[in-house]
Amino acid sequence: MSAVFKREFRAYFTSPIGYIVLAIFFLFSGLYFDIIFSNSYAYIASVFMNMVLIVMFVVPILTMRLFSEERRQKTDQALFTAPIKLHSVVLGKFFAAMALFGLGFSMTVIFQFILMVYADVNWLLFFNNLIGMALVGASMISIGIFLSSLTESSVLAAILGIVVSFLLMLVDSFANQVSVEWIRNILVQFSFSARFNTFASGTFDFTNVVFFLSVTFVFLFLTVRMLEKKRWA
Amino acid sequence: MIEVSHLSKRYGTHLAVDDASFSIQKGEVVGFLGPNGAGKSTIMNILTGYLSFTTGSVQIDGFDIVENPEQAKRRIGYLPELPPLYLDMTVKEYLSFVYDLRKVKLPRKPHIEEICRLVKIENVYDRLIKNLSKGYRQRVGIAQALIGNPDVLILDEPTVGLDPKQIIEIRSLISRLGKNHTVILSSHILSEVQAVCERVIVINRGVIIADDTPDNLSKNLSNDHSLVARVIGPVREVTRLLATIKGVERVTCLGKKEEGSNDYLIEPDRETDVRRPIFERLSDRKWPLIMLRTNELTLEQIFLRLTDAADNGEQLFKQAAKTETPKSSLSEAEKQMVAELASGAPTVFDAAASDADSLDDASADPEDPESETIAQKEVDD
Repeated sequence: MSAVFKREFRAYFTSPIGYIVLAIFFLFSGLYFDIIFSNSYAYIASVFMNMVLIVMFVVPILTMRLFSEERRQKTDQALFTAPIKLHSVVLGKFFAAMALFGLGFSMTVIFQFILMVYADVNWLLFFNNLIGMALVGASMISIGIFLSSLTESSVLAAILGIVVSFLLMLVDSFANQVSVEWIRNILVQFSFSARFNTFASGTFDFTNVVFFLSVTFVFLFLTVRMLEKKRWA
Repeated sequence: MIEVSHLSKRYGTHLAVDDASFSIQKGEVVGFLGPNGAGKSTIMNILTGYLSFTTGSVQIDGFDIVENPEQAKRRIGYLPELPPLYLDMTVKEYLSFVYDLRKVKLPRKPHIEEICRLVKIENVYDRLIKNLSKGYRQRVGIAQALIGNPDVLILDEPTVGLDPKQIIEIRSLISRLGKNHTVILSSHILSEVQAVCERVIVINRGVIIADDTPDNLSKNLSNDHSLVARVIGPVREVTRLLATIKGVERVTCLGKKEEGSNDYLIEPDRETDVRRPIFERLSDRKWPLIMLRTNELTLEQIFLRLTDAADNGEQLFKQAAKTETPKSSLSEAEKQMVAELASGAPTVFDAAASDADSLDDASADPEDPESETIAQKEVDD
């Protein structure tokens, strides 16, 4: 697992992908920080709340080539004939993407320190936000990895990922307009941003943790199954 | 070392591997031979655990590839058809990655350096794989397969795309590796298999149609008693003279292969050694015998015969060996032609007349208008 992790993490920086993703994260979190900072508003959670949307559209870029490129270049033949288990390959890639994702949010720690100079900051709220963001990231990354295992084309994998993000966003905007109550209740359950917002507002709701971890687990599991299935094709 | 029994692999309705069974002992160098798409790569991908299979079983050193994949895979180094290289890494980084991936216990630096020396890639050690030529990439691929010093090396077309000098180098490398590894390599280049392998498994359309040493394959399939003689002298008279030698059943002129001389295929009965009388008779008449060799099939011819036989639905090479007696090697059209020649009628070779035998350089070459098939004993009498 660590071999795959090291390789993938390094690969983010031998291609433009790592730099692009970091640049987008830094740029937008900086912009949102600038808004609260210039309004003398020491509430970092609003940066995180705005970042959820960015995360949902950037993560597919982060994950698009993880398996599709291996398949296209036939490098998966080295991975899958090595004496390691499939799930450790999947986990290695997952954690590499998570590490880059984490790096993307490292800037927020600096923001928090800057705020600390001018105001009393709530560190507990900050960590609650970080945990929530990590859970959203883990879910999106595992969905992205699964999509990447479906196709040899990383572009297609990215497009599929963005479509999924778009659908999740639609759930947010339209769930409340669905008149049938039970459908609405189900749809609301799938809203990533609604669930994240409870973290952002400082509530550590265990059901949300379970939700995101389940999504992550399910898609990583499906990825392993998909790779397994390709061996039979 | 490797036990494969009743292995089948089905892609939808297409049967890529059909009931293949073989076993390979430790230290053997085995060649998989077959036309493109015969199932060589599929079998290799199955042996290495990359693909799964429909029925059968594969055991590597006693470990089942399905039940105990990690133990089995640990014993295999695999070079797929396309070397699995990450183009964005340097050779050093890549080999180090493979070292980690395969959880090798040997000391890292000396081990990787030793392999680099062995496959001669020290001079590109710090270059990006992206910038390497195909020959170097292939060698990095071989280096990758050697990491961890696995007992079994499976090399899928290891010399494809290399220049002749590199091909020779890689072949001698494989021969050297064969001394303390079990090696399976696939190829559609027959001379390669002949040069490197002690044993050949011929595969066609997913079926193993022969499994033997190159020498035995050659012996079983060819009529190994027949001789090819190159003689300077008048064609008809030489043919008649050779045909009168005791034990010679048939003489066929193969036409001019070298200026001023003609080649003759001499088919004696199985008991008699006719080489001495041939020399004596010819020297009596002062017709110089400038070459005399046994007519063994090259691996190319064996290969084509086997695959043709299999395609025609014939029973593998057992039968091929049985039916390849001198008599049956003449097709009907050829027999007719022999008769016509004997009666003095001019004949033009019909290219379609002899297809099966045209592979055999001993039989008449249909493209060559000069070649004449003359004079069986009974015709002369």
